[in-house]
Amino acid sequence: MRRQQTGIVTFIRRNAVAYIFLTPWFLGFFVLTLYPMLYSLWLGFTDYDFTQPDSTQWIGLGNYLKMFGPIWGLSQFTTSTGEVMRVDPYYLKSLSVTFTYVFASVPLKLGFALAVAMLMNQKLRWVPFYRAVYYIPTLLGGSVAVAVLWRKLFERDGLVNSFLETLGFTDLPGWITNPKYAIWTLVLLSVWQFGSSMIIFLAGLKQIPQEYYEAASVDGASKARQFFAITIPLLSPVILFNLVMQMISAFQVFTQAYIIGGGSGGVLNSTLFYTLHLYIQGWTYHEMGYASAMAWVLLLIIGVFTVIVFRTSDMWVSYGTGE
Amino acid sequence: MKTGTLIRHLLSHLLIIALGLLMIYPILWMIISSFKPNNMIFSDTSLIPKAVTIQNYISGWKGYAGVSFGKFFLNTLLMCVGAVVGNLIACTMAAYAFGRLKFAGRNLWFGVMMVTLMLPAHVTIVPQYILFNAFGWVGTFLPIIVPKFLAMDAFFVFLLVQFIRSLPKELDEAAIIDGASPFGVFFRIIVPLATPALVTTALFTFLWTWDDFFHHLLYLTNPPVFSVSRALRTFVGDAGAVSNWGAALAMATLSMIPPFILFFSLQKYFVEGIATTGLKG
Repeated sequence: MRRQQTGIVTFIRRNAVAYIFLTPWFLGFFVLTLYPMLYSLWLGFTDYDFTQPDSTQWIGLGNYLKMFGPIWGLSQFTTSTGEVMRVDPYYLKSLSVTFTYVFASVPLKLGFALAVAMLMNQKLRWVPFYRAVYYIPTLLGGSVAVAVLWRKLFERDGLVNSFLETLGFTDLPGWITNPKYAIWTLVLLSVWQFGSSMIIFLAGLKQIPQEYYEAASVDGASKARQFFAITIPLLSPVILFNLVMQMISAFQVFTQAYIIGGGSGGVLNSTLFYTLHLYIQGWTYHEMGYASAMAWVLLLIIGVFTVIVFRTSDMWVSYGTGE
Repeated sequence: MKTGTLIRHLLSHLLIIALGLLMIYPILWMIISSFKPNNMIFSDTSLIPKAVTIQNYISGWKGYAGVSFGKFFLNTLLMCVGAVVGNLIACTMAAYAFGRLKFAGRNLWFGVMMVTLMLPAHVTIVPQYILFNAFGWVGTFLPIIVPKFLAMDAFFVFLLVQFIRSLPKELDEAAIIDGASPFGVFFRIIVPLATPALVTTALFTFLWTWDDFFHHLLYLTNPPVFSVSRALRTFVGDAGAVSNWGAALAMATLSMIPPFILFFSLQKYFVEGIATTGLKG
């Protein structure tokens, strides 16, 4: 009898202790994550305006039609409340800018990071020092300071053009102000911050037993063959991890685009990134219902791409030990 | 054979050094340009300045709207310290529960926590803003600091869970046999042993808060509460034109000093933190 009671008491006490430790997280999860998510889902179906929240109306899929209407040549439409809404002429542009950025910057960055990691994965002296130097751009890269610097570097009379001129190039454009090139300066900024991917690759490369390469050399396999037959398969889980993490953060890039565009999408909206557009809609125009709908589409896009990467990973990621 | 390896190593060193110089050239140039007179920043691309001045630092330090950069640095430091303390307390508490304690619903809540790891901040940002605005917190540091005390950086919860799980369980068991409560185990065994992971957490919390811009842009709405990154933005006009490049580069250089100091003094923790959990930089 008494024994059973202590059992129950212990059970409650054990759980209570864990929930006491989890109290801050639970509070945060419910108040700052779950409730806001559901709230923003609801906001996405309304015309919520931050400056006049009392006149909020349910407009069904209106915000979503505002985003994707131009695909079907729509310029305006009538919502269920009888209100005439104009489509967003810049939404699809912001989507294409972001996709271009993600698809260009992520592979380039990972490729570069892997190349540098392999260069460092030799029995060389001073590797820790080199690794630190190569990490500096990543350490500072996300800051406003570097974004300001980047503007200066890629101006018409900036450092990059001065360099190119000494190499004999003439008629150089202002890279930031030319809508054809502006996004590529941001891609370059992202590739420049390859440091954390490099460190992860380097840690992965160190796990690969040296004997595999020695055995392959004895069998007469070329360096290239060794790279594709040993390095890539054994590193594939690390590549997958880097790919997913870099992709998710590339979809959300904001600071650099904001500073380089001076708070707007730059010349002809050539650097109107998704999150920048979301910010402008929500906080410059107070269209927070629309901004919420945009956020949910971004969540879906990121979710779909993550699932696609994981699904296709069966084809190229091997979790075997290589034995 | 021996000479072949030597030459290969020499070439590798040269390649790494050359590439490394190219990598940090922009930053070196920035530091040096911040000491050049304003009219020479455009014309002089070399690393050795033809004239040296600290005028840029004097004019930049004046800050924005009558608030000096000293105040901006103090604000940022205050926020960073608050964020670090918050994350250390709340994330460690959550991580101890997930990593060590057995309780009903553990797998469910751990799964939920892992999902929030992947969640883009934007799906919660609008309602959070509305909420913080209703509390009267917009224009204060609270929207930046309070979420840290609620363990909202799932990244660090995950990092600490991984670390705590790797600690030998026998230590807790021995302490429990000796009569320690779960709280005793937490304070006397887990926290001291998890120090390396705690340093990594503190380090990255500091850096990310220091470098954050999006949240500062949303919540730090008037000059007396500006952070350094928010204040640097004022150098870039709305059309993207910069009026005082010298001052902009000077203050940008100053803003990089704290991350630099932390990085070089605690390098080991950086590398371990990144390599074991893949923290984004």
